[in-house]
Amino acid sequence: MAIEVRIPTILRNLTDGAKAVEGKGGTLDELFADLDTRHPGLRARLVDDKGLRKFVNVYLNDEDVRFLGGLETAVSDGDGVTILPAVAGG
Amino acid sequence: MRFDSLLDSLGGTPLVGLPRLSPSEDVRLWAKLEDRNPTGSVKDRPAFYMIEKAEKDGLLTPGCTILEPTSGNTGISLAMVAKLRGYRMVCVMPENTSAERRQLLEMWGARIISSPAAGGSNEAVRVAKGLAAENPDWVMLYQYGNEANALAHYETTGPEILADLPSVTHFVAGLGTTGTLMGVGRYLREQVPDVKIVAAEPRYGELVYGLRNIDEGFIPELYDDSVLTTRFSVGSRDALRRTRELLEQEGIFAGISTGGALHAAIGMAAKAVKAGERADIVFVVADGGWKYLSTGAYGGTLEEAEAHLEGQLWA
Repeated sequence: MAIEVRIPTILRNLTDGAKAVEGKGGTLDELFADLDTRHPGLRARLVDDKGLRKFVNVYLNDEDVRFLGGLETAVSDGDGVTILPAVAGG
Repeated sequence: MRFDSLLDSLGGTPLVGLPRLSPSEDVRLWAKLEDRNPTGSVKDRPAFYMIEKAEKDGLLTPGCTILEPTSGNTGISLAMVAKLRGYRMVCVMPENTSAERRQLLEMWGARIISSPAAGGSNEAVRVAKGLAAENPDWVMLYQYGNEANALAHYETTGPEILADLPSVTHFVAGLGTTGTLMGVGRYLREQVPDVKIVAAEPRYGELVYGLRNIDEGFIPELYDDSVLTTRFSVGSRDALRRTRELLEQEGIFAGISTGGALHAAIGMAAKAVKAGERADIVFVVADGGWKYLSTGAYGGTLEEAEAHLEGQLWA
Protein backbone atom coordinates (compact mmCIF):
# COMPACT_ATOMS: atom_id res chain seq x y z
CA MET A 1 0.00 0.00 0.00
CA ALA A 2 1.06 3.54 -0.65
CA ILE A 3 -0.40 7.01 -0.96
CA GLU A 4 -1.73 7.95 -4.38
CA VAL A 5 -1.00 11.49 -5.51
CA ARG A 6 -2.92 12.96 -8.45
CA ILE A 7 -0.82 15.32 -10.53
CA PRO A 8 -2.30 18.25 -12.49
CA THR A 9 -1.63 18.53 -16.21
CA ILE A 10 0.84 21.37 -15.83
CA LEU A 11 3.16 19.35 -13.58
CA ARG A 12 3.15 16.12 -15.57
CA ASN A 13 6.35 17.06 -17.33
CA LEU A 14 7.93 16.09 -14.00
CA THR A 15 6.20 12.69 -13.78
CA ASP A 16 6.81 11.46 -17.33
CA GLY A 17 3.22 12.30 -18.14
CA ALA A 18 1.77 10.19 -15.32
CA LYS A 19 -1.61 11.43 -14.04
CA ALA A 20 -0.99 9.85 -10.65
CA VAL A 21 2.10 8.69 -8.81
CA GLU A 22 2.62 6.85 -5.55
CA GLY A 23 4.71 7.75 -2.56
CA LYS A 24 5.15 7.25 1.15
CA GLY A 25 5.65 9.29 4.29
CA GLY A 26 4.05 10.09 7.63
CA THR A 27 3.29 13.70 6.75
CA LEU A 28 2.57 15.59 3.56
CA ASP A 29 6.03 17.14 3.77
CA GLU A 30 7.66 13.70 3.92
CA LEU A 31 5.46 12.49 1.09
CA PHE A 32 6.56 15.38 -1.14
CA ALA A 33 10.21 14.74 -0.23
CA ASP A 34 9.77 11.07 -1.14
CA LEU A 35 8.16 11.98 -4.49
CA ASP A 36 10.99 14.37 -5.23
CA THR A 37 13.54 11.53 -5.13
CA ARG A 38 11.83 9.92 -8.15
CA HIS A 39 10.45 13.10 -9.72
CA PRO A 40 13.15 15.69 -9.16
CA GLY A 41 11.87 19.26 -9.10
CA LEU A 42 8.30 18.38 -8.15
CA ARG A 43 8.62 19.48 -4.54
CA ALA A 44 9.97 22.89 -5.51
CA ARG A 45 6.89 23.51 -7.67
CA LEU A 46 4.60 22.84 -4.71
CA VAL A 47 6.46 24.27 -1.76
CA ASP A 48 8.60 27.33 -1.11
CA ASP A 49 10.31 28.50 2.06
CA LYS A 50 6.97 29.74 3.45
CA GLY A 51 5.10 26.47 2.94
CA LEU A 52 2.63 25.54 0.21
CA ARG A 53 2.88 27.86 -2.76
CA LYS A 54 0.09 30.43 -3.03
CA PHE A 55 -1.62 29.06 -6.13
CA VAL A 56 -1.18 25.39 -5.27
CA ASN A 57 -4.08 23.60 -3.61
CA VAL A 58 -3.53 20.19 -2.06
CA TYR A 59 -6.38 18.00 -0.91
CA LEU A 60 -6.16 14.95 1.37
CA ASN A 61 -9.15 12.71 0.64
CA ASP A 62 -10.84 15.78 -0.92
CA GLU A 63 -10.23 18.09 2.09
CA ASP A 64 -7.99 21.15 1.65
CA VAL A 65 -4.83 20.51 3.68
CA ARG A 66 -4.60 24.21 4.60
CA PHE A 67 -7.50 23.47 6.98
CA LEU A 68 -5.90 20.28 8.30
CA GLY A 69 -2.26 20.71 9.21
CA GLY A 70 -0.67 22.17 6.10
CA LEU A 71 2.57 20.40 5.24
CA GLU A 72 2.53 18.73 8.66
CA THR A 73 -0.80 17.01 7.90
CA ALA A 74 -0.53 13.31 8.76
CA VAL A 75 -0.98 10.95 5.82
CA SER A 76 -1.15 7.18 5.73
CA ASP A 77 -1.35 4.26 3.33
CA GLY A 78 -4.53 4.23 1.31
CA ASP A 79 -5.00 8.00 1.45
CA GLY A 80 -5.58 9.96 -1.74
CA VAL A 81 -3.83 13.28 -2.33
CA THR A 82 -4.88 15.62 -5.13
CA ILE A 83 -2.83 18.58 -6.30
CA LEU A 84 -4.60 21.33 -8.25
CA PRO A 85 -3.82 24.88 -9.32
CA ALA A 86 -6.11 27.55 -7.82
CA VAL A 87 -8.70 28.63 -10.42
CA ALA A 88 -11.56 31.08 -10.48
CA GLY A 89 -15.21 30.10 -10.06
CA GLY A 90 -18.40 32.11 -10.39
CA MET B 1 -46.69 38.03 -0.76
CA ARG B 2 -46.94 41.25 -2.72
CA PHE B 3 -44.09 43.41 -4.01
CA ASP B 4 -43.91 46.70 -5.90
CA SER B 5 -41.58 45.23 -8.54
CA LEU B 6 -39.56 42.15 -9.39
CA LEU B 7 -36.41 43.55 -7.78
CA ASP B 8 -38.32 44.21 -4.58
CA SER B 9 -39.06 40.50 -4.36
CA LEU B 10 -35.37 39.59 -4.18
CA GLY B 11 -34.33 37.25 -1.35
CA GLY B 12 -36.57 36.00 1.42
CA THR B 13 -36.13 32.51 0.01
CA PRO B 14 -37.51 29.36 1.68
CA LEU B 15 -35.42 27.18 3.96
CA VAL B 16 -36.70 23.64 3.61
CA GLY B 17 -35.88 20.55 5.64
CA LEU B 18 -34.71 17.33 3.99
CA PRO B 19 -36.47 14.63 6.01
CA ARG B 20 -35.25 11.74 3.86
CA LEU B 21 -31.61 12.74 3.39
CA SER B 22 -31.14 13.84 7.02
CA PRO B 23 -29.48 11.01 8.97
CA SER B 24 -31.49 11.42 12.20
CA GLU B 25 -33.78 13.73 14.16
CA ASP B 26 -30.72 15.26 15.80
CA VAL B 27 -28.71 15.73 12.64
CA ARG B 28 -30.76 17.57 10.08
CA LEU B 29 -30.09 18.97 6.62
CA TRP B 30 -31.76 22.16 5.39
CA ALA B 31 -31.80 23.55 1.85
CA LYS B 32 -31.80 27.31 1.27
CA LEU B 33 -33.67 27.58 -2.02
CA GLU B 34 -31.84 30.38 -3.80
CA ASP B 35 -33.30 29.32 -7.12
CA ARG B 36 -36.41 31.19 -5.92
CA ASN B 37 -34.88 34.53 -6.83
CA PRO B 38 -35.89 36.75 -9.77
CA THR B 39 -33.57 35.16 -12.38
CA GLY B 40 -33.38 31.83 -10.62
CA SER B 41 -30.06 31.92 -8.82
CA VAL B 42 -28.30 33.08 -5.67
CA LYS B 43 -26.38 35.59 -7.81
CA ASP B 44 -29.34 37.97 -7.94
CA ARG B 45 -28.37 39.10 -4.45
CA PRO B 46 -24.78 40.20 -5.18
CA ALA B 47 -25.72 41.52 -8.64
CA PHE B 48 -28.33 43.84 -7.16
CA TYR B 49 -26.01 44.95 -4.35
CA MET B 50 -23.09 45.59 -6.69
CA ILE B 51 -25.19 47.71 -9.06
CA GLU B 52 -26.83 49.63 -6.20
CA LYS B 53 -23.43 50.38 -4.71
CA ALA B 54 -21.95 51.48 -8.03
CA GLU B 55 -24.91 53.81 -8.52
CA LYS B 56 -24.50 55.27 -5.03
CA ASP B 57 -20.77 55.74 -5.63
CA GLY B 58 -21.53 57.54 -8.89
CA LEU B 59 -19.69 54.94 -10.99
CA LEU B 60 -22.81 53.96 -12.91
CA THR B 61 -24.80 56.62 -14.67
CA PRO B 62 -27.64 56.17 -17.18
CA GLY B 63 -26.46 54.60 -20.44
CA CYS B 64 -23.30 53.14 -18.94
CA THR B 65 -21.92 49.77 -20.03
CA ILE B 66 -21.32 47.14 -17.38
CA LEU B 67 -18.58 44.56 -18.02
CA GLU B 68 -18.23 41.33 -16.07
CA PRO B 69 -16.31 38.07 -16.32
CA THR B 70 -18.80 35.36 -15.43
CA SER B 71 -19.43 31.68 -16.02
CA GLY B 72 -23.12 32.50 -16.22
CA ASN B 73 -25.30 33.14 -13.21
CA THR B 74 -23.79 36.47 -12.17
CA GLY B 75 -23.99 37.65 -15.76
CA ILE B 76 -27.64 36.63 -16.04
CA SER B 77 -28.49 38.47 -12.81
CA LEU B 78 -26.56 41.57 -13.82
CA ALA B 79 -28.16 41.55 -17.27
CA MET B 80 -31.62 41.51 -15.75
CA VAL B 81 -30.91 44.36 -13.34
CA ALA B 82 -29.05 46.28 -16.07
CA LYS B 83 -32.03 45.97 -18.41
CA LEU B 84 -34.40 47.35 -15.79
CA ARG B 85 -32.02 50.16 -14.88
CA GLY B 86 -31.05 51.14 -18.42
CA TYR B 87 -27.45 49.93 -18.68
CA ARG B 88 -25.77 47.96 -21.42
CA MET B 89 -24.25 44.65 -20.34
CA VAL B 90 -21.17 42.88 -21.69
CA CYS B 91 -20.28 39.45 -20.30
CA VAL B 92 -17.00 37.67 -20.79
CA MET B 93 -17.80 33.99 -20.52
CA PRO B 94 -15.72 30.85 -21.06
CA GLU B 95 -16.89 29.04 -24.20
CA ASN B 96 -17.34 25.78 -22.25
CA THR B 97 -20.48 26.85 -20.40
CA SER B 98 -23.98 25.54 -21.13
CA ALA B 99 -26.08 26.71 -24.08
CA GLU B 100 -28.91 27.74 -21.78
CA ARG B 101 -26.73 30.29 -20.04
CA ARG B 102 -25.92 31.93 -23.36
CA GLN B 103 -29.58 31.96 -24.35
CA LEU B 104 -30.62 33.52 -21.06
CA LEU B 105 -27.93 36.19 -21.27
CA GLU B 106 -28.97 37.11 -24.80
CA MET B 107 -32.61 37.13 -23.77
CA TRP B 108 -31.89 39.81 -21.17
CA GLY B 109 -29.96 41.77 -23.75
CA ALA B 110 -26.37 41.04 -22.80
CA ARG B 111 -23.59 40.94 -25.32
CA ILE B 112 -21.36 37.87 -24.84
CA ILE B 113 -17.64 37.83 -25.49
CA SER B 114 -16.27 34.30 -25.34
CA SER B 115 -13.02 33.47 -23.63
CA PRO B 116 -11.07 30.26 -24.35
CA ALA B 117 -12.31 27.04 -22.72
CA ALA B 118 -8.83 26.12 -21.56
CA GLY B 119 -8.22 27.92 -18.30
CA GLY B 120 -11.91 28.32 -17.46
CA SER B 121 -12.89 31.41 -15.50
CA ASN B 122 -9.26 32.42 -15.03
CA GLU B 123 -9.19 33.23 -18.73
CA ALA B 124 -12.52 35.08 -18.55
CA VAL B 125 -11.09 37.26 -15.78
CA ARG B 126 -7.94 37.92 -17.79
CA VAL B 127 -9.86 38.81 -20.97
CA ALA B 128 -12.26 41.06 -19.02
CA LYS B 129 -9.38 42.93 -17.37
CA GLY B 130 -7.92 43.52 -20.84
CA LEU B 131 -11.26 44.84 -22.15
CA ALA B 132 -11.62 47.09 -19.11
CA ALA B 133 -8.23 48.63 -19.88
CA GLU B 134 -9.19 49.17 -23.55
CA ASN B 135 -12.60 50.64 -22.67
CA PRO B 136 -12.10 52.96 -19.72
CA ASP B 137 -15.73 54.12 -19.83
CA TRP B 138 -17.00 50.58 -19.17
CA VAL B 139 -17.69 49.72 -15.55
CA MET B 140 -16.40 46.37 -14.37
CA LEU B 141 -18.18 45.48 -11.13
CA TYR B 142 -15.74 42.58 -10.64
CA GLN B 143 -17.60 40.09 -8.46
CA TYR B 144 -14.36 38.46 -7.26
CA GLY B 145 -13.15 41.56 -5.47
CA ASN B 146 -16.30 43.62 -4.92
CA GLU B 147 -17.16 43.90 -1.21
CA ALA B 148 -20.82 44.43 -2.13
CA ASN B 149 -20.91 40.80 -3.27
CA ALA B 150 -20.12 39.46 0.22
CA LEU B 151 -22.12 42.27 1.84
CA ALA B 152 -25.31 41.12 0.07
CA HIS B 153 -25.00 37.81 1.88
CA TYR B 154 -23.91 39.38 5.16
CA GLU B 155 -26.97 41.63 5.16
CA THR B 156 -29.59 39.33 3.63
CA THR B 157 -28.82 35.60 3.24
CA GLY B 158 -27.14 35.23 6.64
CA PRO B 159 -29.86 36.97 8.68
CA GLU B 160 -32.59 35.05 6.81
CA ILE B 161 -30.97 31.72 7.75
CA LEU B 162 -30.53 32.65 11.40
CA ALA B 163 -34.10 33.96 11.68
CA ASP B 164 -35.51 30.75 10.21
CA LEU B 165 -33.18 28.38 12.07
CA PRO B 166 -31.66 29.83 15.26
CA SER B 167 -30.22 26.37 16.04
CA VAL B 168 -28.03 26.38 12.91
CA THR B 169 -24.64 24.67 13.46
CA HIS B 170 -23.21 24.44 9.93
CA PHE B 171 -23.37 26.50 6.75
CA VAL B 172 -22.24 24.88 3.50
CA ALA B 173 -22.03 26.55 0.09
CA GLY B 174 -20.23 26.27 -3.20
CA LEU B 175 -16.98 28.19 -3.50
CA GLY B 176 -16.70 30.38 -6.57
CA THR B 177 -16.25 34.09 -6.02
CA THR B 178 -16.36 33.14 -2.31
CA GLY B 179 -18.94 35.93 -1.74
CA THR B 180 -21.67 33.67 -0.31
CA LEU B 181 -19.31 31.95 2.13
CA MET B 182 -17.56 35.15 3.19
CA GLY B 183 -20.79 37.10 3.74
CA VAL B 184 -22.94 34.44 5.41
CA GLY B 185 -19.87 33.04 7.19
CA ARG B 186 -18.94 36.37 8.80
CA TYR B 187 -22.51 37.05 9.83
CA LEU B 188 -23.07 33.64 11.39
CA ARG B 189 -19.70 33.68 13.15
CA GLU B 190 -20.73 36.91 14.87
CA GLN B 191 -24.06 35.46 15.93
CA VAL B 192 -23.58 31.74 16.53
CA PRO B 193 -20.74 30.46 18.72
CA ASP B 194 -18.78 27.60 17.13
CA VAL B 195 -20.74 27.67 13.86
CA LYS B 196 -18.95 25.73 11.12
CA ILE B 197 -18.53 27.33 7.71
CA VAL B 198 -17.79 24.79 5.02
CA ALA B 199 -16.82 25.37 1.39
CA ALA B 200 -17.53 22.92 -1.44
CA GLU B 201 -15.23 23.73 -4.32
CA PRO B 202 -16.06 22.21 -7.69
CA ARG B 203 -13.31 20.06 -9.18
CA TYR B 204 -13.62 20.15 -12.95
CA GLY B 205 -12.09 18.11 -15.73
CA GLU B 206 -8.48 18.67 -16.63
CA LEU B 207 -9.07 21.12 -19.46
CA VAL B 208 -10.29 23.75 -17.02
CA TYR B 209 -7.00 23.68 -15.15
CA GLY B 210 -5.00 24.14 -18.33
CA LEU B 211 -2.83 26.97 -17.08
CA ARG B 212 0.46 27.73 -18.66
CA ASN B 213 2.16 27.94 -15.30
CA ILE B 214 1.22 27.02 -11.76
CA ASP B 215 2.12 30.55 -10.67
CA GLU B 216 -0.71 31.92 -12.85
CA GLY B 217 -3.47 30.68 -10.58
CA PHE B 218 -6.27 32.82 -9.27
CA ILE B 219 -7.60 33.47 -5.78
CA PRO B 220 -10.53 35.90 -5.50
CA GLU B 221 -9.62 39.07 -3.63
CA LEU B 222 -12.70 38.52 -1.43
CA TYR B 223 -11.35 35.23 -0.11
CA ASP B 224 -10.33 35.16 3.55
CA ASP B 225 -9.63 31.62 4.69
CA SER B 226 -10.06 32.55 8.36
CA VAL B 227 -13.83 32.68 7.77
CA LEU B 228 -13.92 29.01 6.77
CA THR B 229 -13.82 25.95 9.01
CA THR B 230 -12.80 23.74 6.14
CA ARG B 231 -12.95 23.34 2.40
CA PHE B 232 -13.71 20.29 0.26
CA SER B 233 -12.99 19.62 -3.38
CA VAL B 234 -15.96 17.86 -4.98
CA GLY B 235 -15.58 16.10 -8.30
CA SER B 236 -18.27 16.02 -10.98
CA ARG B 237 -19.16 12.39 -10.15
CA ASP B 238 -20.05 13.13 -6.52
CA ALA B 239 -21.79 16.38 -7.47
CA LEU B 240 -23.94 14.60 -10.06
CA ARG B 241 -24.76 11.73 -7.72
CA ARG B 242 -25.93 14.11 -5.00
CA THR B 243 -27.85 16.29 -7.46
CA ARG B 244 -29.80 13.20 -8.46
CA GLU B 245 -30.32 12.09 -4.86
CA LEU B 246 -31.73 15.49 -4.01
CA LEU B 247 -34.20 15.13 -6.88
CA GLU B 248 -35.13 11.53 -6.17
CA GLN B 249 -35.32 11.67 -2.37
CA GLU B 250 -36.55 15.18 -1.71
CA GLY B 251 -38.03 16.32 -5.01
CA ILE B 252 -35.68 19.29 -5.37
CA PHE B 253 -34.53 19.94 -8.95
CA ALA B 254 -31.21 21.73 -8.50
CA GLY B 255 -28.17 22.62 -10.58
CA ILE B 256 -25.01 20.56 -10.41
CA SER B 257 -23.02 22.80 -8.06
CA THR B 258 -25.78 22.26 -5.49
CA GLY B 259 -24.96 18.55 -5.60
CA GLY B 260 -21.41 19.51 -4.67
CA ALA B 261 -22.59 21.52 -1.67
CA LEU B 262 -24.94 18.71 -0.64
CA HIS B 263 -22.06 16.24 -0.84
CA ALA B 264 -20.04 18.31 1.65
CA ALA B 265 -23.15 18.80 3.82
CA ILE B 266 -23.77 15.05 3.97
CA GLY B 267 -20.10 14.54 4.87
CA MET B 268 -20.44 16.99 7.78
CA ALA B 269 -23.68 15.26 8.83
CA ALA B 270 -21.90 11.90 8.95
CA LYS B 271 -19.17 13.43 11.13
CA ALA B 272 -21.78 14.81 13.54
CA VAL B 273 -23.52 11.44 13.79
CA LYS B 274 -20.20 9.73 14.47
CA ALA B 275 -19.34 12.27 17.16
CA GLY B 276 -22.78 11.96 18.74
CA GLU B 277 -23.43 15.69 18.29
CA ARG B 278 -26.63 17.39 17.18
CA ALA B 279 -26.41 19.40 13.97
CA ASP B 280 -28.57 21.68 11.84
CA ILE B 281 -26.74 21.92 8.55
CA VAL B 282 -27.82 24.55 6.03
CA PHE B 283 -26.60 24.30 2.45
CA VAL B 284 -27.28 26.57 -0.50
CA VAL B 285 -29.25 25.50 -3.54
CA ALA B 286 -27.51 28.00 -5.80
CA ASP B 287 -29.80 27.49 -8.78
CA GLY B 288 -32.31 25.11 -10.33
CA GLY B 289 -31.44 22.42 -12.84
CA TRP B 290 -33.04 24.13 -15.85
CA LYS B 291 -29.84 25.65 -17.20
CA TYR B 292 -28.06 22.30 -17.19
CA LEU B 293 -30.59 20.08 -18.99
CA SER B 294 -28.56 20.19 -22.19
CA THR B 295 -25.46 18.92 -20.37
CA GLY B 296 -27.05 15.49 -19.96
CA ALA B 297 -26.64 15.66 -16.19
CA TYR B 298 -30.06 14.26 -15.37
CA GLY B 299 -30.42 11.36 -17.81
CA GLY B 300 -28.64 8.07 -18.44
CA THR B 301 -26.12 6.51 -16.09
CA LEU B 302 -23.81 8.49 -13.81
CA GLU B 303 -20.87 7.44 -15.97
CA GLU B 304 -22.52 8.86 -19.08
CA ALA B 305 -23.44 12.08 -17.30
CA GLU B 306 -19.91 12.42 -15.97
CA ALA B 307 -18.51 11.94 -19.46
CA HIS B 308 -20.82 14.69 -20.79
CA LEU B 309 -19.56 17.10 -18.14
CA GLU B 310 -15.88 16.54 -18.88
CA GLY B 311 -14.39 19.89 -19.85
CA GLN B 312 -17.57 21.82 -18.91
CA LEU B 313 -17.78 24.51 -16.28
CA TRP B 314 -20.69 23.06 -14.36
CA ALA B 315 -20.72 25.47 -11.42
